[in-house]
Amino acid sequence: MKAEVPVKKTLPGSLTPQRLVELYRTMLLIRHFEEQCAPAYRQGKMGGYMHVYIGQEAVATGFIAHMRDDDYMLCSYRDHGHALARGTDPRRIMAELFGRYTGVAKGKGGSMHLVDVERGFLGGYGIVGGMVPLAVGVGYAIRYRGTDQVCLCFFGDGAMNIGPVHEALNMAAIYKVPVVFVCENNRYAMATPVEFASAVPSLAERAKQYGMPTKQIGGMDLLEVYREAEEIIRHVRTTPEPFFVEVLTYRFEGHGIADNPTNQALYRTKEEVEYWRQRDPIVNTARFLLENGFATESELLEWDAYAKRQALEAVAYADASPEPPLEELYRDVYTDMEVQEWR
Amino acid sequence: MAVITYREALRQALTEEMERDPGVFILGEEVGRYQGTFRVTEGLLQRFGEMRVVDTPISESGIAGMAIGAAMIGLRPVAEFMTFSFALIAADQLVNHAAKILYMFGGQITVPVVFRGPAGGGAQLSAQHSHSLESWYAHIPGLKVVAPATPADAKGMLKTAIRDNNPVIFMEHAKLYSTRGEVPEGEYTVPFGVADIKREGRDVTIIAYSQPVLLALHAAQKLAETEGIECEVIDLRSLQPLDMDTVLHSIRKTHRAVVAHEDHRNVGFGAEVVARIQEFAFDELDAPVLRVASADVPIPYARNLERAAFPSEEDIIRAVKRVLA
Ligand SMILES: Cc1ncc(C[n+]2csc(CCOP(=O)(O)OP(=O)(O)O)c2C)c(N)n1
Repeated sequence: MKAEVPVKKTLPGSLTPQRLVELYRTMLLIRHFEEQCAPAYRQGKMGGYMHVYIGQEAVATGFIAHMRDDDYMLCSYRDHGHALARGTDPRRIMAELFGRYTGVAKGKGGSMHLVDVERGFLGGYGIVGGMVPLAVGVGYAIRYRGTDQVCLCFFGDGAMNIGPVHEALNMAAIYKVPVVFVCENNRYAMATPVEFASAVPSLAERAKQYGMPTKQIGGMDLLEVYREAEEIIRHVRTTPEPFFVEVLTYRFEGHGIADNPTNQALYRTKEEVEYWRQRDPIVNTARFLLENGFATESELLEWDAYAKRQALEAVAYADASPEPPLEELYRDVYTDMEVQEWR
Repeated sequence: MAVITYREALRQALTEEMERDPGVFILGEEVGRYQGTFRVTEGLLQRFGEMRVVDTPISESGIAGMAIGAAMIGLRPVAEFMTFSFALIAADQLVNHAAKILYMFGGQITVPVVFRGPAGGGAQLSAQHSHSLESWYAHIPGLKVVAPATPADAKGMLKTAIRDNNPVIFMEHAKLYSTRGEVPEGEYTVPFGVADIKREGRDVTIIAYSQPVLLALHAAQKLAETEGIECEVIDLRSLQPLDMDTVLHSIRKTHRAVVAHEDHRNVGFGAEVVARIQEFAFDELDAPVLRVASADVPIPYARNLERAAFPSEEDIIRAVKRVLA
């Protein structure tokens, strides 16, 4: 599995330079947002697990770029990038990470359970593969109503070894639901390499048996992801049938915040990480913008500074936000029933 | 009032709710072409079509997850498990997803879904097909758990379950499907969280739910005829929410209680009921509260062993006599 350094001189058909700049700036925001997470975490402002998306930005950005306002998406706990790409307010995401009342889930979900119902983002989930069957239900409800909406479901290579994912893929094909299964193959499930965990190395090959179109694409080049995603989502919207796409990508950081460099040395080499860092989607997109005259050096710097400011503002907002009131403990267990305090 | 079976009552509830609300649909193994393993969904495919009566593969997680996903964006799925023993395969979907989505997303996504199907045993189906796991579900915040014992309650509570905006575990005892009872004419629902006094009495309160309610009623009848003991029989009907007021009120009258269920005794639902009685009505008790339950063993196949494993009318009679002794 090799990712080639992209040398592309043309924009995919539907992509305007302005739109590309927007997407580039989305990736910058994701990167800066997550870079602010590590210090905040170390200062004890966040708790729980914290899985950053650094390195994979082109995947969420390139796919979500093609979502319509009324489309749906679900993803795993590695969900900051997806929420930001969908346009969720970074301040409210950071507030959620800080466990504050102004967070996207009132501070009750945390890093792994971001959500934005208004934008059709039906949540990040902490059980590997657990939300993949839910996506089939969302797709079924779309078919039931007869609209041309689609549902995107993002999950990792590790999820391909979870039974319910295979139940879901099979059922998706039986009912022909408009779901795009986006398998973000970043080569590791925690420390387990995909080659070890999957008897068949190509995950797209494995999914092929479910009677839906499948494809393996590169995930480090925003232009490539954008172009492929456009075609796939259009296909699913108009056919309709599900689609399984394996996106080859890489996470530059550890699995989670606890996965420090000493840990990482147990399963991957510095050289390997370096190899992939050379294919950084942000650096490559910047180079493309420059080489084609779509941006100047100073614009790039300005956008970078702006994204960093947004991230810092998000931290400041989260910091200044109140904790949820204690009554919140007993709210939202049921829609219509009080849960008694027992003390 | 018409006398119909428990199974027909459920079917009436499904039919009426599907007619009332186009968002209601049914899914599960063999619910369509085969007309339902226990014939609950008979005729529904012909009536409502395959978009609303959905045959599924043998994929319990897939069924549950698909129902949850559809519910999240506004449909009202009723997912049938062939038995609640198999629902264990979908436990992650029920416990980690259905029960938690409302809370972990700060109250923004509701999951109006019903998981229904037979629970319990008694037809020599042995260890893997005879579970009553209601205490497992009742243990999970976010799930409602109901187990009606009569056709009238089954119909009224299934309608309530379908209209509820929360995930509901709706347990039907396999032995109840062919039982008959009067069902009111016309539209009605039975609320959750309201226990029903199925027989009035002054000497002992028997608290039960699901099929053991019938055992308790038979036991009460016999005790009245042979010993002049008058038992009050309370059918909890709904375990979460749980109506303790009716129970406590009765205990203030009888001062003695027996809890009967088919769940295992060890960490079974009865333990919760007993704990609450001692917490809120300790002073009213003239004797320790006793439990009648399934033996703490996997349910065996042999007819005599199975009979011995499940609670019986005689067990209830014995327990009542003990609390009166
Ligand atoms: C069912 C389940 N098993 C184990 C875990 C613990 N766990 C959390 S993330 C993870 C690795 C998943 O890897 P992958 O699906 O490839 O996604 P990635 O983290 O690479 O994005 C594991 C084992 C879990 N959350 N859920």
